[in-house]
Amino acid sequence: MKQSINSARRDFLKKSSVSAGFGLSVSLLGFPALVAADNSSPAGLSPNVFVEFDSDGTLIVTCHRSEMGQQIRTAIAQIVADELDADWSRVSVTQAKGDPKYGSQNTDGSRSVRRNFDRLREAGATAALMLKQAAARGWNVSVDDCICKDHGVVHTVSNNRVDFAELLGVAATLPVPDADTLTLKPRSRWKYIGKGTQSVDMHKVVSGNTTFGQDVQLDGMLVAIIQRPPVMFTTPDSVDESAARKVSGVVDVIRMPDASAPAMFNPLGGVAVVANNTWAAMQGTKALNITWTSNEHSSYDSESYKASLITTAEKPGETVRTRGQAEKVIREADNVISATYYAPLLSQAPMEPPAATARIDGDNVEVWACTQTPQSTRQNVAAALKVPEENVTVHVTLLGGGFGRKSKPDFSVEAAILAQKTGKPVKVVWRREDDIQHGYYHSVSAQHIQAVQSESGKTLAWRHNTVFPTISSTFSDKANKPSNGELRLGFIDNPFDIEHMLLERGEAQNHVRIGWLRSVANVYHAFAIHSFADELAHAAGQDSRDYLLSLIGESRHIDLAKEGAEYDNYGDPLDKYPIDTARLKNVINRVTDMADWDARKKQKRMLGLAAHRSFLSYAAIVVEVVVNDSGEWHIPNAYISLDAGTVVNPEHVRAQCEGGMIYGLSCAIGEITASEGAINQTNFHNYQVARIQHAPHNIEVDIVDSEAPPAGVGEPPTPPFAPALANALFAATGKRLRSLPIPLTLPSEQA
Amino acid sequence: MKLKINGKTHEFSGDTAMPLLWFLRDELQLTGTKYGCGMALCGACTVHVDGEPMRACQLPISATEGKSVTTIEGLDTQHEHPLQVAWAEHNVPQCGYCQSGQIMQAASLLAKNAAPTDEEIDNHMSGNICRCGTYPRIRNAIKSAAKGE
Repeated sequence: MKQSINSARRDFLKKSSVSAGFGLSVSLLGFPALVAADNSSPAGLSPNVFVEFDSDGTLIVTCHRSEMGQQIRTAIAQIVADELDADWSRVSVTQAKGDPKYGSQNTDGSRSVRRNFDRLREAGATAALMLKQAAARGWNVSVDDCICKDHGVVHTVSNNRVDFAELLGVAATLPVPDADTLTLKPRSRWKYIGKGTQSVDMHKVVSGNTTFGQDVQLDGMLVAIIQRPPVMFTTPDSVDESAARKVSGVVDVIRMPDASAPAMFNPLGGVAVVANNTWAAMQGTKALNITWTSNEHSSYDSESYKASLITTAEKPGETVRTRGQAEKVIREADNVISATYYAPLLSQAPMEPPAATARIDGDNVEVWACTQTPQSTRQNVAAALKVPEENVTVHVTLLGGGFGRKSKPDFSVEAAILAQKTGKPVKVVWRREDDIQHGYYHSVSAQHIQAVQSESGKTLAWRHNTVFPTISSTFSDKANKPSNGELRLGFIDNPFDIEHMLLERGEAQNHVRIGWLRSVANVYHAFAIHSFADELAHAAGQDSRDYLLSLIGESRHIDLAKEGAEYDNYGDPLDKYPIDTARLKNVINRVTDMADWDARKKQKRMLGLAAHRSFLSYAAIVVEVVVNDSGEWHIPNAYISLDAGTVVNPEHVRAQCEGGMIYGLSCAIGEITASEGAINQTNFHNYQVARIQHAPHNIEVDIVDSEAPPAGVGEPPTPPFAPALANALFAATGKRLRSLPIPLTLPSEQA
Repeated sequence: MKLKINGKTHEFSGDTAMPLLWFLRDELQLTGTKYGCGMALCGACTVHVDGEPMRACQLPISATEGKSVTTIEGLDTQHEHPLQVAWAEHNVPQCGYCQSGQIMQAASLLAKNAAPTDEEIDNHMSGNICRCGTYPRIRNAIKSAAKGE
């Protein structure tokens, strides 16, 4: 039984006699029985939105961030439980609904710990102080002599102890202390933060007893599958639904509202088949006969588009950051080193395709969804149904992966529209084909880099132009060049200490919805920058690691504002999270030591290196490849050193490092293309993702022991992987791979 | 038609072309078996049919007549199959969505091969995708369960 602080307070007022008697028995019992003596109504304690105590003393921690594999439910509980010195076996985690009272719930940008660490500790410390105050009152001692220990309060002078459960009634009557009166535990006394506590959901996951968005079942629920337009913003020209309606189990065929630019978080339109079960909905959808209109996106073709992006990238762009006279130095140089890099569209392809269920009861709307963003789900559902936001409740299920796809609430809006049209609860199931063909894609990009080296091989000038359709095009149909928000992702924050540097952007039109994918523009920016850094090392005849360290230069904090660059540092202040080249060099040194980099030639091991700061963390990766005579390659070993500042759960950070690297591998071998405006790939047979035999056989993870503020974890391990892999394949074959995807079997001229 | 699921006999009277997956998920609420691709490409829906690993998304229910199906929910009554124990010990799952299928696929390997090599594991598990990238841990957990650790 949970109750809010208000009802707990009411209970207390009713039981004032219990409270009055409490001082008297102190000397006899050490501690009075308090409210626990009165079993008629349980007392709880809930001083803030994250912390609640059940009447039996169970600490219920509310997780306001979405769980998609990063074990944030466990990490948040660890942070809160730490200040309370709670007994882990008496901690449970409840998932928050979408509500602004939690602050941002948008689970992306590797922000969950870095943006909530202090406030969650304060939330725990608030409850801890109230419990200590309650105990001090009961014992008539100074609160300063009370500490929280093992789910109770201990009076350090007498060694008396009382369980939290017995303090709740009194604690709930106390005023909630101001945050500035709290003293947080010193690092040396942390009990859970920094420990590899097992996931709170482990048992349910391994026994198959979990509820993901696809698993939601409601009484009387219908299942809908939607055939969406093959080309963005086209609409059904004709719909023959007669065969679909004849499929056993099909209840209705419903035309979805047409979509138009900008895409926003709106559904894409199309035709929904609503049925009694998933199979009937699938069969019904197959039986639809739809012809579609065409529009300006119908001629989108990835091959010609690639050529046009490259043409733009190889021309001068619009300056976004400049130092020295790079243009002049390069123009006047006898020998300019240059390269063009290309990376295709990608689909996030979480194992669980999107799914959402909606139920409308009078004025109230309830949604169950595997969403990374319950608050914008609430807003968008409310707007689509024209109901007040307060009437919409969003339940967040577990997410079978998110990777940015589930940061868009379009699928929940689809479910809400269909629940309204049918008058019944509706689950919208995205098939894998829907996920691959109608996503918000990781952008296709072309980049051109030029450099000039001195006779000794020092890089004197660097000019880098980046061209890709922007995520902003999803929100404004006029946006046609990389946004500041994307340039900040590993481009404008280039850490190299080169005398002359010019960074530019070029225009590109979008033809599909562009969205976020794990680490976003860092993926292709790191690919180009670290591939080219390796090219420069080879041009200079120097060791790649040594050359990279020299490019980064002296240990310093980089000030981009001096060079006219707008930089928001992932929304956090630079004094707290500087761009610290010492930390970047440190992870490079650590990872190359771990990989035995200096002995690689003697050992005939083919290694590639890349290092990248993103989401305020520093990650360096070494990939080892073996290439056989047929051009087939595999990765026996991969190494990562991550400096993410203070980490809450090193075991789960390790897992994120491994998974983030393997996701980076998928980014290097996967490709989404379009012909006549429609996506060519449909499912996992033609959209290549890493399987067990492709993944590094062995991954060694080094987490830098740091007392710096917590930084991002989920995304930083991804960007350096593709360039480290391409550099390793160069070491093995002598051929540069500048255009992704990297084929699983290299063409014969590269083997 | 009749089939046995996790030791219990079930009657099915609908369209027998429907894949087993949707009988399990939509009708029996055995949602531990997941939908990932619908084309037997990802392994998230792996169950055992008379002990053999099968992709429930592509298996017409007619093919299970009179057979015995085991899902993740029925792999071990206490959910303490050596692989489930090893999965927890090695901290394998991240999002967890593919893990029912991974465990069922791995269980069918260990049932026939008590000490698989790395290559045998990779060959047997190559049809099961994990987008979180838990592969090295999956391999280690299988080896540790095989050794009875």
